[in-house]
Amino acid sequence: MFGKLSLSAIPFDQPIIMGTGLVVALLGAALLGWLTFTRKWGYLWSEWFTTVDHKRIGIMYGILATVMLLRGFADAIMMRAQQAMAANDAAGFLPPHHYDQIFSAHGVIMIFFVAMPFVVGLMNLVVPLQIGARDVAYPFLNSLSFWLTASGVVLVMLSMFIGDFAATGWLAYPPLSELKFSPSVGVDYYIWALQLSGLGTTLSGINFVVTILKMRTPGMKLMQMPVFTWTALVTNILIVAAFPVLTVALALLAADRYLDMHFFTNELGGNAMLYVNLIWIWGHPEVYILILPCFGVFSEVVATFSGKPLFGYKSMVYATAGIGVLSFIVWLHHFFTMGSGADVNAFFGITTMIISIPTGVKLFNWLFTMYRGRIRFTLPMMWTVAFMVTFTIGGMTGVLMAVPGADFVLHNSLFLIAHFHNVIIGGVLFGLFAAINYWWPKAFGFKLEERWGKASFWCWVVGFYMAFMPLYVLGLMGMTRRMNHYANPAWQPYLIVAAVGAGIIALGIGFMLLQFAVSIRNRAANRDLTGDPWGGRTLEWATSSPAPFYNFAVLPEVEELDQFWADKEHKRAYKQHQHYADIHMPRNTGAGLIMAAFGTVMGFALIWHIWWLAIVGLVGMVGTFVARAYNTDVDYYVPGAEVEKIERARLVPLHKLIENVDPASAGQKVA
Amino acid sequence: MNKRSLVSALRWACVGMTVFLGGCNLEVLSPKGDVGMQEKSLILIATGLMLLVVVPVIFMTLFFAWRYRASNTKATYAPKWSHSTAIEAVVWTIPCIIIAILATITWRTTHDLDPYKPLQAQAKPITVQVVATDWKWVFIYPDYGVASVNELAFPANVPVNFQITSDSVMNAFFIPQLGSQIYAMAGMETKLHLIANEPGSYAGLSSNYSGAGFSDMHFTAIATSQQGFQDWINKAKASQLNLDDQSYHALAQPSEKVPVTYYANVKPGLFDSIIAQYMGDMKMDKIGSEPAQANAIPSHNDHAKAAE
Repeated sequence: MFGKLSLSAIPFDQPIIMGTGLVVALLGAALLGWLTFTRKWGYLWSEWFTTVDHKRIGIMYGILATVMLLRGFADAIMMRAQQAMAANDAAGFLPPHHYDQIFSAHGVIMIFFVAMPFVVGLMNLVVPLQIGARDVAYPFLNSLSFWLTASGVVLVMLSMFIGDFAATGWLAYPPLSELKFSPSVGVDYYIWALQLSGLGTTLSGINFVVTILKMRTPGMKLMQMPVFTWTALVTNILIVAAFPVLTVALALLAADRYLDMHFFTNELGGNAMLYVNLIWIWGHPEVYILILPCFGVFSEVVATFSGKPLFGYKSMVYATAGIGVLSFIVWLHHFFTMGSGADVNAFFGITTMIISIPTGVKLFNWLFTMYRGRIRFTLPMMWTVAFMVTFTIGGMTGVLMAVPGADFVLHNSLFLIAHFHNVIIGGVLFGLFAAINYWWPKAFGFKLEERWGKASFWCWVVGFYMAFMPLYVLGLMGMTRRMNHYANPAWQPYLIVAAVGAGIIALGIGFMLLQFAVSIRNRAANRDLTGDPWGGRTLEWATSSPAPFYNFAVLPEVEELDQFWADKEHKRAYKQHQHYADIHMPRNTGAGLIMAAFGTVMGFALIWHIWWLAIVGLVGMVGTFVARAYNTDVDYYVPGAEVEKIERARLVPLHKLIENVDPASAGQKVA
Repeated sequence: MNKRSLVSALRWACVGMTVFLGGCNLEVLSPKGDVGMQEKSLILIATGLMLLVVVPVIFMTLFFAWRYRASNTKATYAPKWSHSTAIEAVVWTIPCIIIAILATITWRTTHDLDPYKPLQAQAKPITVQVVATDWKWVFIYPDYGVASVNELAFPANVPVNFQITSDSVMNAFFIPQLGSQIYAMAGMETKLHLIANEPGSYAGLSSNYSGAGFSDMHFTAIATSQQGFQDWINKAKASQLNLDDQSYHALAQPSEKVPVTYYANVKPGLFDSIIAQYMGDMKMDKIGSEPAQANAIPSHNDHAKAAE
C-alpha cells in the first residue's frame, strides 16, 4: 500500500534533523494560523497563487529563492563548522552519512533552488517591461513553470524529514548513485526533484525565447534591445538547448535504478563516464545560464549610475552570444583527470580559455562605461564594483584550472571549491543583489533603504573573502573537497578562518532581511512616484512603480537604444494620451498550481515506490492539462476607460512634479 | 565606498595575506617530483601571464570608481560617449594575445604532462597496480609478487608506472607532492606516471568522493633509496598473508580505516581479473576474449598505444 514508506523513514534518532523539523513545523503552523486568522487565503489564492502576471510570478520566484537561500546557507554553516572541528581525524558533530547529504543538498539547493529561481524570477520581472510587452508569450505556461520549480523544492525539503537525501555530491555521479551503492531513497528524491523543476525550467526557457523574439514593442529591433534582455535571450536559448540533456541523463539514471537497466553501472557494459559527460554537457552551459543574466544586470546598473550609455553595446552583445556558443564545447574541462588523452584535454582546455576573451571584453566595457561618468554609489553600483574585482580573481583561477597540466594537481581540491564560489557568489549572487536593489522599486513601488543594505554589502564582501581565500590556500596544501574529517592539523587554522567568514556572511544575510523588513515598514517614506527612481535609460522605467498589471497603457514606440532616455531628453516621456484602447489580458488560472501539486504527488510516490499513487499523480497532471486545454475562457479585455483612469491618477501629479525639472535627469532629482 | 574605507580595506588585505601565507606548507607548490615541479612552474607561469591583465583591471576598476565618483565634479563627464573603435580594438586584442600565448603553452604542456606518457629516466621503471576499493587502496607489485594496503613504496629517482582501476565506485588517485592525479574507474584501466626526486613520505589520498568512508581513504607514499625499497619488499615478503581470489574478495568488502597491511604473495593476473569481472557478458564478445584486451575500454587502448 505505501511502498517502501513506513514510520521508520522518519529519522527520529537524529536530533539536528528533528530539531529543525520541529522549528519548521512550528513556524509553518504559525504562518498558516496567521493567514487563516487574518483571512488572507482568498487574497493569496486569487491574487498570487493563480496569477499569470509575469511580475508577480517573478516576485514569487524571488521569495522561493530567498527561503531556499536560508536552507542552503544553513547547510553551508554546518559544513564549515564540521570542517573547522574535525582536525586530527576528530569526529566533529556530523557523522559522514549526515555530512554527505548536507554537501549534496547544499550544491543542489544553491544551484537549482536559489540561483535558478532568482535568475528566472528576475527575467520574469524585467524582460517583458524592457521590451515593452504586456506579459510573456505563454502566461499560463509561466505559472506552470513556477509551480513545477516549487514542486522540486517541496520534494527536496521533504527529503530532510522523510527518508534521506542523496549522499552522492550535487551531480550524483554513478556508479555511486546507482542502486548498488546508494540503495536508500536519497538519489530518488534527487532525481524526481530535479526532473520536475527541470521541466519547469525548460518550459520557462521556451517561453522567454518566444517572448523576446515575438513580443517586442513596435519598432524595437534586436540590436535595440537592452543588454539585460540580450543576456536573457542567450540564457534562455542555452536553457532550451541544455536542460533536455539533464532530463535525459537523469531519466537514464532513473532507468538504471527503477528498471534494472545498465546505462551507468559498473556491470554489463554500463559506463559511468557516459553520465559524467552528459551531466556536464548540461552543467557547463548551466553556469552561463546563471551568470549571463547577471552580466546583463551589471551592464544596466553601470550605465545607469555612471550617467552614460553602456560602452560598446555591440561588443557586449557579440561577447554574450559568443560565450553562449562556446559554453557548449568546454564541458570536458570538468574531468581532465578521466584520462582522455592529451589532444582531447588540450582542445577543451583551450576552448575554455577562449571564453575568457569575450568575458574580459565585457569587463573592459564596464570599465569604460565608468570612465568619464558621474558615478553614483548606490547599492547596485557598490555590488557591481565588488563584482568586477571579485569576479576578475575568480576568472583568473578558472582559466588556471582550464590548463590541464595545472588541473591535474588542482582538480577536486578546495582550490576548485574556492574558484567556483568565487565566480558564483562574486558573479551570480552579487549580480542578483545588485538587481534586487535596482529593480525593487519597479516591483514594489518603493526603494530599499541603504543603511542596512550597506551593512549587508560589507558583511557579504568581507565574509566572502574570509570564507573562500583560505580555501584557495588549502587547495594548494593538498586538501580535497567533501572531507568529513582529516588528519592534517595544518589545515585547521584556515578552516577556522573560513568558518568565521561564513559567520560574517550569515550577518550579511541577516542585514539583508533586516533591510527588506525596515524598507517595507518605512515604505511610505521611500515611495517612487515617478516610476524612474534612478534616472534609468530603458523602457521598464517609463511605466509606473509598481508597474500596472498591463505594464504599458500604450505600447511604446522604439527607434533607438535607450529609448526612454531619449524620450526624457526630448521631453516626450510621460505622455498622456487622449484615447486609451481596450487592453487584452490573460485570465488567472489555478491549473499550473494543480498540475504541479499532482506532479509533487507523483514524484513522492515514485520515490517511495507507491505505484498506485504515482498513477494518480500522473493522471491528475495530464487530466488537469487536458481540462485546461478545453477551457476557452482564458482572457479578457480591460476597458479603455479604466486604463485612462489609472493613467490619469499617475500622470497628472507626475507632470506637476517634473514641470520645472530637467527631464533627462528627472528621476534622479525627484527621487 | 569612500577613500578611507578603501585604504583600510587594502591595509587589511595586506596584513591578511602575510598572516595567511606565512609559515604554511603548500604541498602542491613544493613538489618533490619532476611531474609536480613542471606543474608548479606551469601554475606560476599561467598565473603570472594572467596577472598582466588581472592587476590592471582591478586597479582600473577601483581607480575609475574613485576618480569618476559623482562628488568629484573636477573629473571630465562625457554623458554621450559610448564608443571608441580604438579602445574596442585594444580590449579585444589584449585578451586575445594573452590567450594565444596561454593556449600555446597549454597545447605543449598538456602533451608533455600527459599522465599516460612514460617518463624519461636512466633507471628502469617499476610498475605498481592500484585498486581503489571501498574504502582503501590496494597496491600490487606484479614484478615482485607482493601487495600492500594503504601504503606504497618505491625508490626515489625511479619512474613509477601506475596502472589504476577501481573495484567499486569512482575514486581519484592523488599524491599531491608528486604531481598529477587520475581517476580510478571500475572495468577500466587508467595510467599514471610519476617520479619522486627526493626520498620522503608523501601523503596520498582519493580526491574523488566515493561514499561514507571516503575521508579515511588516504595512504602514505614512501620514496626511499634502492636499499630501503628492497627492505620494504622484504618486509612485505615476510608477511603471513597472501592475496588470492578469496582473501582479495574479503578485503574488497566495504571497510574503513584499514591499517597498513602487507601480502607476501599475490595471485598472478589478479589485477586483470578485477577489471575483467566488470566486463561481464562482454567476455563472450570478440573484444573480451583475451584478458589483455579486456582491461580497458577501446578509447583507453587507443590512447595508450598513441602514448607509447
